[in-house]
Amino acid sequence: MSKFLPMPFHTVSLLIVWLMLNNSLSPGHILLGMVLGVVIPLVCQPLRIPQPKFKRPMKLFSYALLVLIDVIKANIEVALLVLGPSSRINPGFVAIPLDLQEALPITMLASTVTMTPGTVSAELSSDKKFIYVHVLNMPEDEQEVVDFIKTRYEANIKEIFEC
Amino acid sequence: MNDMFEIVISVLLVIGGIFIFVGSLGLARLQDFYTRLHAPTKATTVGLGSVLLASMIYTYATEGYITVNVLLITLFLVITAPVVAHILAKVAMHHQVKMIPRTRNREMVKLARKQLPPTATTGVEEDGRLP
Repeated sequence: MSKFLPMPFHTVSLLIVWLMLNNSLSPGHILLGMVLGVVIPLVCQPLRIPQPKFKRPMKLFSYALLVLIDVIKANIEVALLVLGPSSRINPGFVAIPLDLQEALPITMLASTVTMTPGTVSAELSSDKKFIYVHVLNMPEDEQEVVDFIKTRYEANIKEIFEC
Repeated sequence: MNDMFEIVISVLLVIGGIFIFVGSLGLARLQDFYTRLHAPTKATTVGLGSVLLASMIYTYATEGYITVNVLLITLFLVITAPVVAHILAKVAMHHQVKMIPRTRNREMVKLARKQLPPTATTGVEEDGRLP
């Protein structure tokens, strides 16, 4: 964390995204990408809200893979629900108690919940202890949904941040 | 371009087409705003994903290089879709959008709108009508 490169990770990802956007590896673009990668973090740094660090970044990949598989499952599930008779759909709201405290882990969990099987995150309570979720097809026992999200996603996110 | 590529690209395009169609069908068929929210945010990720993958394979087969712009589209889509869905659900709660009567825990919307935990008993206006 030097003064010149306050966010080294962002510098690298800005360079990569710039090269991907231009779809080239020419020296000119690499130079321009590097300039952008240095200048943008310098400008943005004062605006930054401190976030917890990824303690185990390798776990991110296995988590991303898990979510990717679940997203594909979610698509098929939702597609079948849409095509089937609409009387079979029993929507409902459920409040999920959170163990996570910081903004970044909660954002990750909320995004995952929205991307995966039949659930959309709708609101976070102001004390950050509960997240309200709309469920497309609620099983008889609401606790099933809560347990599924807590064990499958929240536990993994907790491991990544080790909080 | 050999047959192998053509088959793979066609299969991907057909899968993508089916999912995007189901997503839009869901918008028309589902009964209230909240359930409609589920169809386009989810059924289109795989749909758009396979169309983009098909486009990537097509450029590889015809031009001989891999375009990465397509990966960026996927990345931005995955980042923005959940945020949009969340904000839409939030706005719907504040506007007290109608929901189908068999929605369970409807009274939670009243608490959620004020960002209160579900255990809260005070702070909810008594005359707050259920949407």
